[in-house]
This record gives sequence, structure tokens and C-alpha cells, in this order.
Amino acid sequence: MNPRAHAIKVGVKRGWTEFKLSLRAPDDLSFYLLWAGGLLVFLFLNRHSTVEGTGLSASVVALPGVLAAMIAFGAVVGPSYQLVLEREDGTLLRAKAAPFGLDSYVTGQVVYQFLGVLPMLVLLLVPPVFFLDGLVPRGAVGWLAVLGVVVLGTLAILPVGFIIGSLARKPSHVTTVAILPVMGIAAISGVFFPITAMWAWVQVVAQVFPVYWFGHALRWAFLPDGAGAFEAGGQWNLPGAFAVIVLWGLVGLVLSPRILGRMARRESGSAVEARKAERMQRVG
Amino acid sequence: MSDPVIEVDDLRMRYGAKDVLTGVDFHVGRGEVVALLGPNGAGKTTTIEILEGFRSRSDGRVRVLGEDPATAPQSWRAGIGIVLQSWRDHGRWSVRALLEHLGEFYAPYSTPERRRPRDTDELLATVGLDGLADRRIAKLSGGERRRLDVAIGIVGRPEVLFLDEPTAGFDPEARRDFHDIVHGLVDLDDTSILLTTHDLAEAEKLADRILILSRGRIVADGSPAQLAREAAGSSEVRWTRGGESFVHADHDATAFVRGLFAQYGEEITDLEVTRSSLEETYMALVHRHEAAEDAVGDLEPTEGAAR
Repeated sequence: MNPRAHAIKVGVKRGWTEFKLSLRAPDDLSFYLLWAGGLLVFLFLNRHSTVEGTGLSASVVALPGVLAAMIAFGAVVGPSYQLVLEREDGTLLRAKAAPFGLDSYVTGQVVYQFLGVLPMLVLLLVPPVFFLDGLVPRGAVGWLAVLGVVVLGTLAILPVGFIIGSLARKPSHVTTVAILPVMGIAAISGVFFPITAMWAWVQVVAQVFPVYWFGHALRWAFLPDGAGAFEAGGQWNLPGAFAVIVLWGLVGLVLSPRILGRMARRESGSAVEARKAERMQRVG
Repeated sequence: MSDPVIEVDDLRMRYGAKDVLTGVDFHVGRGEVVALLGPNGAGKTTTIEILEGFRSRSDGRVRVLGEDPATAPQSWRAGIGIVLQSWRDHGRWSVRALLEHLGEFYAPYSTPERRRPRDTDELLATVGLDGLADRRIAKLSGGERRRLDVAIGIVGRPEVLFLDEPTAGFDPEARRDFHDIVHGLVDLDDTSILLTTHDLAEAEKLADRILILSRGRIVADGSPAQLAREAAGSSEVRWTRGGESFVHADHDATAFVRGLFAQYGEEITDLEVTRSSLEETYMALVHRHEAAEDAVGDLEPTEGAAR
């Protein structure tokens, strides 16, 4: 096996190890359980109320939007935060010291962040099957669509997380350049209420970003066919969803290696030392 | 020196208008342990980071294992070991999991003479971490973490090992343990070691050869004993004759003492010869160099004004 392919294989194993470690880490677990628990309670309490004028269950309408926001959050904020932290603590420099270590590190991050989205999705998807009626009326095709959005959507926007993580200089920057923008985009993307309730120009802006389309494709899977009337174009548009998501993925795939590479080239022992000193000052 | 593993010729580094390295020259042979010694700000870290391939240089020729670190292929990294100071990285990992993970990178570069990676249990024994294989890294003490750093640096059985200020922040005991580990490494596998330090006693204890870096230039290069001879060079001779004490400084203490005995024979008592310590040598070298440079610096504006 050529050494680069070998290093990528080592990276896949690394991602899996990191994932297993995170499942055993109390802080990660409590994060998953608190968020998922809160959302499930919300969905459970609203299981019988209907959205005015539609006859649809409020919880069934809310679930796709919640999942869309989760994917966006997990795939953008997760890796950007991790990258900033691991640059600061020297993990990245260690990777750089090994042959093809950076290829391996990035592979590990992709695997880890991708797997990291799953526990939340399982926690959010499995219980509602038992207490929400009429979930995924399309049956197997619908569940396949859900799986497709999760896999394709996560992979498409992971590069955005890597780019933000490369550009942010310290953990607190991640709040400004990742968490706030993602929340803002989620807010206009029909996650919390139907997009048609927005001004027309906001609807146009929202359709540029993938979050709306995650929600769109998930609603197609979760809701009856007639609910398409509440979407931005007044009907379902799966090819549109696919196109926007894939386009984001391609742009990210082209840009992220360069930006990551440029960031990694600057890493050295003294750079880590300097950030450590700066952090000590910040914290102490 | 046959078969140099590190060659540095006229290395220069400039940050903006500031010259950090102004023509550094030295070679390191296979199996040699060389200490790059100098006051803070002398350019030690810059030099070692250029050799590690983590920093690009302004000018000069650099070869490590025959490759230019700035353009070397990834396979070159398999022959290089770098001891990085862990801070909080991989805190959730166990010692064994991390060593095995990082070791895996070197497996494609294994040869019958240099089997890579090193066996994890042997490695743990080498650095004195046996029994802690399953400990979470976040739970290690500071000293144990440093041992782990060394273990990571040598997991790929490197031909060249770089250590930048390896004992900064150590207590005396941790420092002594660390010195023992480094001595052990030299005996293994013919590893060449380049370390930086501003601690003279450490350089003297660890290195076959000491390079003194001052203001971006090597001002002395030799074994600890050679350096002591080279500098002020004098030894101090003390003796007593007829109840009176004498002190004399001389470059050739042996000849002086021979003459002393020839002249006075048994009248000489309490004879004591002390070679000037390496510390005095070091201070003398650095000061002499800095004074010379400052003198040149003082001249320049005058010449400019005269024109």
C-alpha cells in the first residue's frame, strides 16, 4: 500500500477512536443528552397540537427543521471549534511531524465529525417514531431520503467548518464566525417557522444556503405531499435541494485544502508555545 | 566528520528588518549529540524549526538526511523525530492508544535494519512509563507527560532527533531523569540528536559537542573540554610555600607546575590546579562576541556621518 493511502487508513481509525472516546466522555454525553432531551420533551408536549390552517401536527412539522439545524450546527461549529482547539494544544503540530500526518489528521476529523452528528440524530429520530403519528408517510423511500440528507448534507458543509476553523485564531472567535452565522442562517431558513412567513427577499437569501434545503428535503420525507404548498416555491423541489447541497460541497472541497494547507504550514513549536502563553494570559 | 546527517551552511533568517540568523554554519555527524547553546533570543528555536521543516529560511543551504527540509517529501519525515512539548493534546487518549496510533505512520518505512515503529511496550520501558500504558494522558503528571513526549519523538526509530528546550520548566529530578533517557537513546540505533538549551550544565552533561549561538551566529564549536581550553583558556594554580599562599593564572598549567617543582621541590605544599569552568568559558565567549559586535555597531554611524 502506498504510504499516503496508509496514512489515510490510519486517519479513518483515528476518527473512529475519537468517536468512541467522545461517547465515553461525560461532557460530550451530557451535551447530547441535554439537547436531545430538551427537544424531545418539546416534541412530546406538542404532539397533539396542530399547525393552524394545515391540520399537520406541530411536532411533525418542527422535527425536520430541528434536524436540519442540528446537521448544520454539528458539521460547521463542531469541526471549526475542534480545529482551533487542536491547533492551540499542539495536536495538529504532532500530526504535521509524522509522514503524511496532515492527510491523516484531516481524514480523522472528517470521520469523527461525521460520526459525531449521528448520536444526536438517533436520539432525535428514534423516540418520535413511537409517539408521533404519521411520521414519514412515504415509508422506506422517505427514510432513504432522511439518510441521504444526513450523509450528503454533513459531508457537503464539513469543509465550511474546516475553513472557518483555519481562519479563526482562538476559540472565542468561533462564536463570532461560526455559531452566530449558523444560528442566523437557521433562523431565516424555515427551521423555526415556515419560510413563507418571511419577506420575499429573505426567502431568496435563505435559498442560497444549504440549511433551508436540508429542511426542505427532510420535510418532503416527513410530511404529506400537500405540505409542499408551504415551501418557498409553493411546491417540493428535490432537484433544487440536491443541486444547492452538492454545489456547496464542491466549492468547499476546492477551497478547504488550500486554506487548511496554508494554515498548517504556519504551525511550529514556537507558534503553539506563543498561543499557549496567550491563552494562559487570557484564562489567568 | 564522515557522513553528516545535518549540514547547515550560511543559514540566514530575517523577519522584516530584523536579522535573526546571520550566517550559521555547522554539521552534525551520525550518532553525534550536539547542543545548540545560547542566551534567549539568540536564534536557537528559529534554527531548529528550520531544520525540522516547520519554518522557511531566508537564505543559505540546509540539508537534513540529505534533503532540504523546506522541500523534502513526506517520506523524509519518517527519518526525523521531533520532541514536542505536549500541553493538553490527546487528553482523552490512553498512553498506549496514542503511541500505537502515531507509530502506525512509520510502518511503511520499516526496513530490516530499522524496524518501524518501535514496539510500544519496549518504548514505554525505555522512557520509564511502564505500568502507565492504560492511563489517560490527561491524568499523567507533568514529568510523565514529558516522558511521553520523548516516546512519541522516537516511536518511528528516527535517524535524527530534534529537542527544543526539552527541560524548560522541569524540576531538578525530572531534569535528571530526562538526561538519563537521552543517554539511553544515544546508545540505541545510532540516533543523532540536536538539542537546544540555554542551560550550560545541561549541554555539558548531554552533548558530545556544543555550539554556542550568539546574536544569530555560531561563536564557538567544540567538545565541552575543547571549549574550556579555547576560551580565556587559563587555569588557576594555587600553592603554599613557607607559610605563604600564592595564586597564578596560566594557559599551560602543567608546564608551570613542572617549573615550580624544579625550582622549589619539597617546599611546595597545598597545590591546587583549577581549570576555568565551562560556565566562565561560555560567558567569556558570549561577552567577547557581543562586545566585538557592539564595537562594530558603534563605528557604523560615525562612518556614515563622515561621508
